Amino acid sequence: MTWFKKTKQELKKVKIPEGSWIKCESCKEIVYRKEIERNLKVCPKCNYHFRIDARERIELLFDAGSFEETDSQIVSADPLNFRDSLAYSERLEMNASKSGLPEAALAGTALVGGIKVSTVIMDFAFMGGSMGSAVGEKLVRAVERSIEEKVPLVTVSSSGGARMQEGIFSLMQMARVSAAIGRLKGNSIPYLSILADPTFGGVTASFAMLGDVIIAEPRSLIGFAGPRVIEQTIKQQLPENFQRSEFLLDHGLIDVIVHRRDIKSVISKLLAHLAPPVL
Amino acid sequence: MRYYLEFERPVQELEARIEDLKRLSNGGNLKISAEIKRLEKKAKELHSEIFSSLSPWQKTLLARHPERPYTMDYINMITADFIELHGDRRFADDPSLVGGFARIGRFPVLILGHQKGRGVKERISRNFGQPNPEGYRKALRLMKLAERFRKPVITFIDTPGAFPGVGAEERGQAEAIATNLMEMSSLRVPVISVVIGEGGSGGALAIGVADRLFMLEHAVYSVISPEGCAAILWKKEGEIGTKEFAQAAQALRLTAEDMLAWKIIDGVIPEPLGGANRDPETAAKNIEARLLAALEELSAKPAGKLAEERYKRLKKLGGFNSPKPA
Repeated sequence: MTWFKKTKQELKKVKIPEGSWIKCESCKEIVYRKEIERNLKVCPKCNYHFRIDARERIELLFDAGSFEETDSQIVSADPLNFRDSLAYSERLEMNASKSGLPEAALAGTALVGGIKVSTVIMDFAFMGGSMGSAVGEKLVRAVERSIEEKVPLVTVSSSGGARMQEGIFSLMQMARVSAAIGRLKGNSIPYLSILADPTFGGVTASFAMLGDVIIAEPRSLIGFAGPRVIEQTIKQQLPENFQRSEFLLDHGLIDVIVHRRDIKSVISKLLAHLAPPVL
Repeated sequence: MRYYLEFERPVQELEARIEDLKRLSNGGNLKISAEIKRLEKKAKELHSEIFSSLSPWQKTLLARHPERPYTMDYINMITADFIELHGDRRFADDPSLVGGFARIGRFPVLILGHQKGRGVKERISRNFGQPNPEGYRKALRLMKLAERFRKPVITFIDTPGAFPGVGAEERGQAEAIATNLMEMSSLRVPVISVVIGEGGSGGALAIGVADRLFMLEHAVYSVISPEGCAAILWKKEGEIGTKEFAQAAQALRLTAEDMLAWKIIDGVIPEPLGGANRDPETAAKNIEARLLAALEELSAKPAGKLAEERYKRLKKLGGFNSPKPA
């Protein structure tokens, strides 16, 4: 009997107090919040890169103060009149106030080591970073800006996939943005795709996997189908590290895994390598 | 034995009675033949009535009907000289996606589509019509072949979705789909797609970036299955079942009618009463007529113009709010 009591007590101890400690989503270790924040929100135990918001990414990636937002007026409509426990329009408002963003992605132009780029940064905090028509439109315009101004494209993905609440319109965004990227390639303009935790579904199966160079943050979950869906389908436990960045690298699906502290310098170097030849 | 869906139960009962009477009469008894005629008329009316107001969920079930014609059935009924081509030249041949050269009327074409199986054994070998990456890579290889030899591409869409498996992830399911979307958007030959059954999300779209897109009357097309949608929305609140699936199907607006109203598709191809499964030849004829008309129209266009118009088409497919672009 004492055994059971003991177990219960131990379980209680593992419970995470709100505030100063947080549990790493990857290694499940309990880590001191301040230590993580000092460390660019990277787990000191396993190197998992915690999710950060679009504004933090902008600071991390671009020359200070160089980001200029474009197309901020583009927001989702509600073509299906979708309603579950909440109307989609209300859900949008709720997410906007929660995340401080009008949509699941910010678009704009910025400098990386002095090189101008067109960019789209997704934010998982806004409806799981899902791609609906507004995100699709921002991407298409960012690509077209790249082509017009002959500047490279840099995207950061962090998304559960296509946005269910916009039904077929979300699905069609996959085709739209992929078509746009096809044009970018036709113009030999570099496209760097950065994948952050998590990147799935319609985002992975469109622009995110079409980068000329694909970069992932360490230990990020990246895939087409979600791990739970796969587990239910095959009725087997998934292999260790399944769908983590390191797994994707092993299987030849991405180019390189880059730590947050190095991302800016890696992007600068790649852009220099991909710049038109000096004759 | 014919397979009936739940909502066809009244028709099933009537038709069973008709069968009984037929056996009884054996062609001789006039009184019985009159009764059979009367019942047949009634059955037909009842069927029309049921089919005039199908719910999105009922359409979903029809789109998955086990006796519904599949890609190979239509290829056999519509085309001549079909030669199936196999393999992606990288890893394997995927039997859940088939394709090859064929002729439709006077047009030589490259035709491909998802392929479900009939009967337990074939259903498993076809992986229930859910391709692995090799299926999509085979499709792309064939489409590129068609482009090089200037043959129009015809695709039939009928899948619950791309397969969610460990191997599929290891071999880049997402990359395979993304690459198809990108490459199809700039193919220099006409592309015509028909959703013949289930249009399941990215796995369907991966062979569906087209100049002309049609749907059979009872086909469905959606970003997520009603079951998947219901699970996301209501699973936390308890058990989910048919009621929730029906509600999700309604919310997703996945019918051909909806797609036409939004101009996502170019036309709805009518099905015989009771669905394509009742009369595959008529369904095939209707598809053939639409394909021939589209081939006639698109073959006249120069290659460069095709890809340009396809891109413009895609660009229109948004549902967002924005002031006039600056």
